[in-house]
Amino acid sequence: MMILSGDPPRSRVLTLILVVIILALAATPFLFPGAKALNVAAKICVFAALVASYDLLLGYTGTVSFAHTMFYGIGSYAIAIALYAMGPNWAAVATGIVVGLPLAALLALAIGLFSLRVAAIFFAMITLAVASAFQVLASQLSWLTGGEDGRSFQLPELLRPGTVLISKSLFGFEINGRTLTYYLVFAVSALMILGLLRVVNSPFGRVLQAIRENRFRAEALGFRTVFHLTYANCLAALVAASAGILNALWLRYAGPDTSLSFSIMLDILLMVVIGGMGTIYGAIIGATIFILAQNYLQSLMGVAAKAASEAGLPLLPGLLHPDRWLLWLGLLFIASVYFFPTGVVGRLRGGGGDKKAAAPH
Amino acid sequence: MTDLLTLSGVHTHIGRYHILQGIDLVVPQGQTTMLLGRNGAGKTTTLRTIMGLWQASSGEINLAGERIESRATPDIARRGVGYVPESMAVFSDLTVKENLVLAARDGPLDDTQLDWIFGFFPALRRFWLSRAGSLSGGQKQMLSIARAIIEPRKLLLIDEPTKGLAPAIVMALIECLKDIKRKGATILLVEQNFFAARELGDSVLVMDNGTIVHRGGMAALAADVPLQERLLGLSLEAHQ
Repeated sequence: MMILSGDPPRSRVLTLILVVIILALAATPFLFPGAKALNVAAKICVFAALVASYDLLLGYTGTVSFAHTMFYGIGSYAIAIALYAMGPNWAAVATGIVVGLPLAALLALAIGLFSLRVAAIFFAMITLAVASAFQVLASQLSWLTGGEDGRSFQLPELLRPGTVLISKSLFGFEINGRTLTYYLVFAVSALMILGLLRVVNSPFGRVLQAIRENRFRAEALGFRTVFHLTYANCLAALVAASAGILNALWLRYAGPDTSLSFSIMLDILLMVVIGGMGTIYGAIIGATIFILAQNYLQSLMGVAAKAASEAGLPLLPGLLHPDRWLLWLGLLFIASVYFFPTGVVGRLRGGGGDKKAAAPH
Repeated sequence: MTDLLTLSGVHTHIGRYHILQGIDLVVPQGQTTMLLGRNGAGKTTTLRTIMGLWQASSGEINLAGERIESRATPDIARRGVGYVPESMAVFSDLTVKENLVLAARDGPLDDTQLDWIFGFFPALRRFWLSRAGSLSGGQKQMLSIARAIIEPRKLLLIDEPTKGLAPAIVMALIECLKDIKRKGATILLVEQNFFAARELGDSVLVMDNGTIVHRGGMAALAADVPLQERLLGLSLEAHQ
């Protein structure tokens, strides 16, 4: 309970789903052989943390930001540029972290102080403008960022796939640098999500919720809401940049498509909405559903289309053709928003009236 | 007796509307000053202007000798002004406990103060861990008042606390406010319910069209029916 900051899932089904997801992610290197499964699991870990940090903004303060991928990109590029320029060593990793995180926090501070005192729509517009400018900048400064090609780099010796830490002969499976990198991604993402859970359940988190509900009322209680919102913006940016660092370490690459594109921003928004805003747990559920659908829906449809065709069913093989997977993904999201307007977590929690044990009525 | 709050020639515009048209008023320390008047007279705007939620376009607002008309709302609140807006303004997603902890600005809740509040509003103890959004209208108003008095404040600005409440709850509210008065609080209270105003008020200000049209003792106004009709009755007729 302490580790969850006194905010358990509050639903048996939700607890079960979360336990299954976390256990599956923890055991992926041993349960699901092959590079694709490990890539999908690492992406789920990174996005769960990234989406949770966006939930701090959108779900807990009601602030819409389009600059979240920019912070994610700052983390990615910082580590990529450092490892590319300084070579594959730990000093480069440290430099990337020491440069990337404060840069993201400072930018978030500047954007926050400049625009969070005005109406929410202006903040959204300013973040959109700044993120677009950053995307163009990353593309133009090709001597630094690699332009549209991005930057590929090598990891320090310990994290390389070729580094065998425990050989196959000992336990029946090999633990190498890639496995170690995966567990680094898994552990840091888990720590960040637990940290965010601590933040939203702290007195500071309550103030954020009060601001979301009525900013003027919170000010009338004496809270300087601009500072609270800016602080939340900086925290979210720090977590997003850290997720960017993890993603770059996992991919051994940072480029516009993997870390700065607006389609990532759209994915984050969808994951928050599907999982359930203002819950943090929703980030884990949303990221898992979305990334699994993104990676396996096409092949699943291929199997279904083949089965339908073999059974001689009319129309169905065409509808389930793997090329139409984006159509079905879209329908899946429309259905999930229609049936779970408060997200999966909101629905499973039943939108309950009481937060803890019911008080006597 | 010193004046805790003074407004001199305060004007407030909301968009192109000139709502407060030169308000002059004083709220003496330790007294309850009633602010009466018809709907739309500018009573709520007066409280919101004092609180900094609407910026005064001109004039001076002094709180305990310090000018506050240019200060931001959180600064005014931190100077000891508690504000209870109308319409049961609670944070519905937070529990009753969290609403009160928030109002204490995350300092520890004073058990004696809590017991005193629970004495008037036992429902708040019963629904301690319930979401404020699930409370009834009367309970929300109780929570709204409790939030303003959970910590000692220099000045309480309360906007129509009895609006839309059942008579039994109105009586509990009046008793609570009387007790707050006995403890020496200074209150500026907007009220449409004349019974509540008579029970609580030391002095009275009557507003119409953004100006103060009468000031005097509450007891004198309560005893003078023709004056009541002239100030409140005539005012009502004029705007029907």
